Amino acid sequence: MSAPSIGGASRDGYGKGLLRIADDPRVVVIEADLGKSTKSCHFRTQYPSKSFSIGIAEQNMMLVAAGMAASGKVPFASTFAIFTERAFEQVRNGIARPELTVHICGSHGGIHTGTDGSSAQSIEDLAIYRTIPGMTVMHPCDDLSAEELTVQLLGHHGPTYMRTARNKIPRVYDESSAHELRIGRGSVLRTGDDVCIIACGVMVSQALAAANQLAVEGIEASVIDMHTLKPLDKALVDSMVDSCGCFVTAEDHSVIGGLGGSVAEHLSTGTSAPLEMVGVSDVFGQSGTPSELMSSMGLTSEDIKSSALRAISRK
Amino acid sequence: MSSENGGMGLTIAELEEMSRRCRVNIVKMTHRAAAGHPGGSLSAIDLIAALYGTQLRIDPANADWGDRDRFIMSKGHASPAVYSILFEIGYLSEDDIMGFRSMGSVCQGHVDMKWTEGVDFSAGSLGMGLSFGLGCALAAKMDGSERAIWVMLGDGEVQEGEVWEAAMAAEFHSASNLKVIIDRNGIQNDDFVSVQMEVGDIASKLASFGWEVLEIDGHSMTDIVQALEWAVSIDDGPCAIVAKTVKGKGVSFMEGNPAFHGKAPDDDELRIALEELS
Repeated sequence: MSAPSIGGASRDGYGKGLLRIADDPRVVVIEADLGKSTKSCHFRTQYPSKSFSIGIAEQNMMLVAAGMAASGKVPFASTFAIFTERAFEQVRNGIARPELTVHICGSHGGIHTGTDGSSAQSIEDLAIYRTIPGMTVMHPCDDLSAEELTVQLLGHHGPTYMRTARNKIPRVYDESSAHELRIGRGSVLRTGDDVCIIACGVMVSQALAAANQLAVEGIEASVIDMHTLKPLDKALVDSMVDSCGCFVTAEDHSVIGGLGGSVAEHLSTGTSAPLEMVGVSDVFGQSGTPSELMSSMGLTSEDIKSSALRAISRK
Repeated sequence: MSSENGGMGLTIAELEEMSRRCRVNIVKMTHRAAAGHPGGSLSAIDLIAALYGTQLRIDPANADWGDRDRFIMSKGHASPAVYSILFEIGYLSEDDIMGFRSMGSVCQGHVDMKWTEGVDFSAGSLGMGLSFGLGCALAAKMDGSERAIWVMLGDGEVQEGEVWEAAMAAEFHSASNLKVIIDRNGIQNDDFVSVQMEVGDIASKLASFGWEVLEIDGHSMTDIVQALEWAVSIDDGPCAIVAKTVKGKGVSFMEGNPAFHGKAPDDDELRIALEELS
């Protein structure tokens, strides 16, 4: 087994969350050769009779999970986020259409994945899964929140997709605050009345950093960890329309169809609140360190700060 | 009628008669809907009738019985065949099956477990049923259950790569409760399988994946019943029955005719078909 990544990577939280729900006899773990990467490997090591290695065959994995779900099991199936996309139609037709409760985890989401290059950097997974009726789509920001939300999936009905990230990032939550999280409810990390920054995944810590930079200039930002992109916490967004009046979204994902798209769809139907989107601008990534890539592709706290200033100017 | 001990206790003659009644309903359903897939339904119905009639452990009074055998109809376009047998079981009424493909009908165009009592899989996209069946089979083994998982595939369908992903995984995981029936009718949507992309010796291919395989005449009820008994006896890995069939079997102008893969009979064609099936 590869050396565990340092605490703070959301994929580690997924692995720990699986261990916390292992006593439930319905729980099964399914892997497509990347359990060491998605961190389901810890479950497989401790509970081999409840773990199934399907090989490098993602399409088969999704329907095996569906068959198990139809037989009373609660399957957790994982691989890289990008390789879940290979089985999109299996997820759509084989899992979501019959409303089977299969929990899919796609790790190594976003360009933050780094030196593996663009083939491994999923920038469209959140968008495509968001289009499937009845599908819950999540992207927690750190290990503790990923662990908590994974545990909560055991009581969740219907298909889900959770994206996790490969690399360590600053922890946003401690064990106590993570325990307060709920699937489908955005988490308000900071309150301010000038602009609302809604972020997910590795961009949540960048959003908090941006808020601190803005505060130095006398601008107060609210920051929301929107760990559940679908269903979107519309009530929370609406409350921010009233209190802040303008928005920035921040995601390590294409600006097309992900968190920004989701917030834009909601805002545009009922408000005139300005929105600026920080994300991958319809381009593929490349090899590089996470910080190099995030900087070159406009996914830093400075980018969020400048977007916030533009959003405020448009009020 | 009870199937909890496997099948409906029917004789060969009774199976053949049930199959004939199903054929009548298949052509009636597709005619009424002016759509659907009669050819692949008629090729498969002898196999399905024999399975339900002699082996499948289900409860006619409780379609959701958790420990029932499963029948995964992966070639879901041949839904009229499934609906016709579920009518025989009593899960569907005549109104149900004659509502085939109409708005709000429990008989959707492709078999769908969300819509139809007694249907175990939501099909319609080829290549997925064997994987789903494998998941059901692994879950049954985890439960220590004796329930069997039967999967029907089309021969064109085995062009899908996922079928072979599942075939490889089923052998690796020793899915001895997974029983596959392949409807080898030789025709797919656009043309003959041999024209579109010949799939060759499916039995040898599966055998090379570690499966036990038996080839039979898919319209000889005696052969089918014996083959199903053989499949039940296999307890050391997955097995498959490759059944040579005739697309459109039982209706002269549909037999071996690619045009009736996905075309319903018109009024005159229905009249002729019903005369031939009477």
